[in-house]
Order: sequence, then structure tokens, then C-alpha cells
Amino acid sequence: MSVRVETLLWLAQRITAAVLAVAVIVHLITIIHAMDGGLSAREIIGRIQGNIAWLAFYVTFVLAVAIHAPIGLRAILREITPLRLGAIDGLMALLCVMLAWSGLRAVFGLYGFAG
Amino acid sequence: MADTLEVSVWRGGEDGRFQIYTVPARDNQTVLDVVTYIQRHVDPTLSYRFACRVGMCGSCAMTVNGKPRWTCRSHAKNVVEQGRLEIAPLRNLRVVKDLAVDMTDFFDKWSRAGGSFQPTKTRHDDFAVVEPGSQERKHAEAGIECIGCGVCYAACDVVAWNKDFLGPAALNRAWTLMNDERDNGKEARLSAVAGDAGCHACHSHQSCVASCPKHLNPTASIAGLKRETVKAALKGTL
Repeated sequence: MSVRVETLLWLAQRITAAVLAVAVIVHLITIIHAMDGGLSAREIIGRIQGNIAWLAFYVTFVLAVAIHAPIGLRAILREITPLRLGAIDGLMALLCVMLAWSGLRAVFGLYGFAG
Repeated sequence: MADTLEVSVWRGGEDGRFQIYTVPARDNQTVLDVVTYIQRHVDPTLSYRFACRVGMCGSCAMTVNGKPRWTCRSHAKNVVEQGRLEIAPLRNLRVVKDLAVDMTDFFDKWSRAGGSFQPTKTRHDDFAVVEPGSQERKHAEAGIECIGCGVCYAACDVVAWNKDFLGPAALNRAWTLMNDERDNGKEARLSAVAGDAGCHACHSHQSCVASCPKHLNPTASIAGLKRETVKAALKGTL
């Protein structure tokens, strides 16, 4: 992988870290607030479905995780395992797709696209 | 203060072991004085390296009670723990014998990081005028006093984990040259210091900062390289 791509990956990880710093706090406050308020699952889904702001926030959150986690894990695996870089890159690309797919599936399911 | 110090000194190569010596404790003695005493009065086969004895040459660094230090400027009384000293070769470098390590990797990495000045003028040109107050000059000034002792390299965990990592000293050197307005090798140097073997591998643990005997901040220099490499990557010049 060229040093330019390596550098852009590093930049992508830093940008997504900044996004996640905000998103994780908002997410935690939201779930604690929802639980403390005694909302039922039905009530929560009722508020979420069709809420475009909620959809935009969680799509951003999921994509930031899907970019951030594999790049960080890639660096860790390069340092502490004897795996070849090509193998690590393949595994991390797979992890990126899995995180994005499972996260977006959950988000779109709750929003209502999945019925 | 006790009359003597119990000094454990690494003997042999990579597979060596510590040997204990008893050395007179004096009010004013450096760790290098202690090692020199052992070699001159107890065991002349002890190998170690030093030259200037005044903190200029960067030859005498060793691991003292678990921490890398310049031994010529480290007073024994400041580093002794319960009357004991443990003196080992620097970490992250191959042991040649006893306290002497092979610095080849360390200096090869300076070279790989583009650590040599690339002139833009010849001897027939006039002197370059570098504005002392310019931001670039200040950045260069902050990192220029490195004596190449290898203490930061020994302190760095990333070097221990990633044998290709250029290390704090080489990257600090690259950063001073990136801020030298007379230098003509900036583009190639940025390519040399980017990526997993270069500045992006640094975790900013700052062990280098904590241990540098010259009180330099290689982590800040590496952060500067990260900024410049990102700019170059976005411009497409990396």
C-alpha cells in the first residue's frame, strides 16, 4: 500500500475519531434518557420510525465506526501479530463491510425501511 | 549514604547475564564514573562506550535501573535505589558486548528518514539569510540540539513492537530539515517518513519526551510530520 494511501487512512481514522467522540456521547445520553424515562420498546420505535434526523445521525455513526475500527485494528494487528500485511488488509476490509452492513441493517430496520 | 554501592552490570551479548560488583559510593560520581571504576579497578574486560563525558557526544547512553539515560550526566545518587544500581545496555538495539550496543540500525534509520541536508546552493553563492523569528526557524530550533544518543529510541515502545519504525530521533531530524528553508529534499523526505514505518506508527506515548536528556520533544516533531504528510497526501504530492 502506498504511503499516500497509508496517510489518507490515518487521516480518515482521525476524522472518524472526532465524529465518534461526539456521536458516542449523544448515543449514551439518548439511551440513558430513554431508559430513565421509562419508554417502552414500542414507544421508542414509534419515535424513531420516519425520523430523518435520527436516521442521518445513526447512519453517520455506523459509517464512522465501520471506517474507524478496522483502521485502528489494522495498526494493532501489524504490531502484535506475525500476519502478512495483505492478509490483515483483507481481513480489515471484510470487517469494514460487516460493520457497515450489520449497523446499517439495524438502523434502516428501526427507521422502517424493512417494514 | 552507605560506603559502597551494589552495582549489577550486564555482561556478555544478547544471552548474557547480570554480574554484581561492589563500588565505593562517593558524594559526586556519575553513573559513567561507576562503570569506569569497575573497568579500571575490578574487571578490565568490561566493555562500554563513552567519549566526551560532558553530555555532547551521545556515546554513553545505557539503561540505568530500567530507564535509558545518558550516564555521563546522570549522578549516581539521583538514580540509586536502596543502594543499588542496575546497568544494562540500551533496549531495542543489538548488544555487541556488555554495555556496548550496535547503533547501526539507529543511524541507518536517520538515513532512511531523509536525515541528510539537501543543499539548494553551492559554495559560490552567498550565505542564506534565515529569519530567526520565522515559524520554520523556531520549529527547527526546537529539535536541532539532538546529540544522537539513542535514549529516545531505547525508550520507545513502538520501536520494540515494530522493527521497521524509524524512531523518534530520526523523525525529529527529518522534521528539523523540513523546516530548513535552504533544504531541497522535502518532497522525498515526506514520502520517506510517511506510513507504518514512519510518523503514522507513533502512538504519542511520549516516552521519548520523558527520557530525552536534552529535553527535546520528538513527539511534537512527529506530529508536525503527520500534519505535513496529510497536506501532501491531499495535494497528491506524496
